[in-house]
Amino acid sequence: MPSLKDLKIRIDSVKSTRKITKAMQMVAAAKLRRAEESAQAARPYAERMNAVLSNLARGAKNSPTAPKLLTGTGREQTYLLIVATAERGLCGGFNSSIVRLARYEANKLLADGKTVKILTVGKKGREQLRRDMGDHLIGHVDLSEVKNVGYGNAHEIAQDVLARFAAGEFDVCKIYYNTFQSVISQIPTATQLIPATFDEPEGEAASQGTLYDYEPDEEAILADLLPRSIATQIFTALLENAASEQGARMSAMDNATRNAGDMIDRLTIQYNRSRQAAITNELIEIISGAEAL
Amino acid sequence: MRVDIVTPERQLVSTEADRVQIPGTEGEMTVMDHHAPTVTTLRPGIVTVSGDAYVVTGGFAEISESGTSILAEHAVPQAEASREMLEALRKDAEEAVDSAPDKIAARQRVNDIAELIRRIG
Repeated sequence: MPSLKDLKIRIDSVKSTRKITKAMQMVAAAKLRRAEESAQAARPYAERMNAVLSNLARGAKNSPTAPKLLTGTGREQTYLLIVATAERGLCGGFNSSIVRLARYEANKLLADGKTVKILTVGKKGREQLRRDMGDHLIGHVDLSEVKNVGYGNAHEIAQDVLARFAAGEFDVCKIYYNTFQSVISQIPTATQLIPATFDEPEGEAASQGTLYDYEPDEEAILADLLPRSIATQIFTALLENAASEQGARMSAMDNATRNAGDMIDRLTIQYNRSRQAAITNELIEIISGAEAL
Repeated sequence: MRVDIVTPERQLVSTEADRVQIPGTEGEMTVMDHHAPTVTTLRPGIVTVSGDAYVVTGGFAEISESGTSILAEHAVPQAEASREMLEALRKDAEEAVDSAPDKIAARQRVNDIAELIRRIG
């Protein structure tokens, strides 16, 4: 049975933990709103880029001179997996869920006899993958100094990936991240970057029917746009990740705050009971002392 | 006609205008209502929408029935464009010339940026 003083100390320590988790939850909520806004603001660019490119790609897919970024290298031997996670923990299953998906797919590829290379973005994913995928890690992008991810960050990653592709280091490139659904649900997602794939625009009969003039010709535009589109897709992934991270942290910290509250209640009851027991004991001692006289 | 200037990070302009001037790769062009649907890449230059000028550093423009969308990797109102930013861009472009597969296009880009710097003074 812990003494009254021990209980008091424990209650105080849980109380300060609750204060911290509460503060973290509120910070995450504020950051989440900002992250959601930037994700929203980035959507028009990505959508239009996708619309124009899917139009172009449909025409160029069968051309023998189409860029390799679109058609692939003709082999599917080496895979580059970009695993984008957070720089920080304390956000529930956010990091683990991305890593789990990436690891699952990497193992499947390895079982098929493919070569797997992994580029990690964010410290947490690297730490988790280093244990069993250490041999496959070929690079790491550190975003710990970056407060709000900008297009510049995505652009740098894209340049790195494109340089590796030009050097023939891999055939297929995929990026893993969490899609933000809501505060309680973030979905681990894999998107293929190279060879490029495009979502077919839904119900946009207007743009499908339009025949565009291209200046310069279609393939020059395609060659110009595909690298940009990869940067854009990486940017979208990073933004979704940023929003998901804050969402996950918010609900994790909400849970932690609630658990701390429960714990305080339990400890307080225990504290009061032992206090009462101590008083009763003392009374009994006094009474039996008085009776003995 | 609807005119949008969009960057990866935000939508810079969304307005109605009767003409917009675009620095296309194959020459300056002015788009008015009912322009033929066109997709063109941009070179570094100035986009003018009903009197307001914006500095863009490349990207592409999509002209369709419904309007003109300019998707620029980097775009700012001309008043906010700083010389330092453009000089930095010129340096990057100059460094890229040596490693570029298409030397003529890379040099053209350097020239375009120099021209842009001269124009905004």
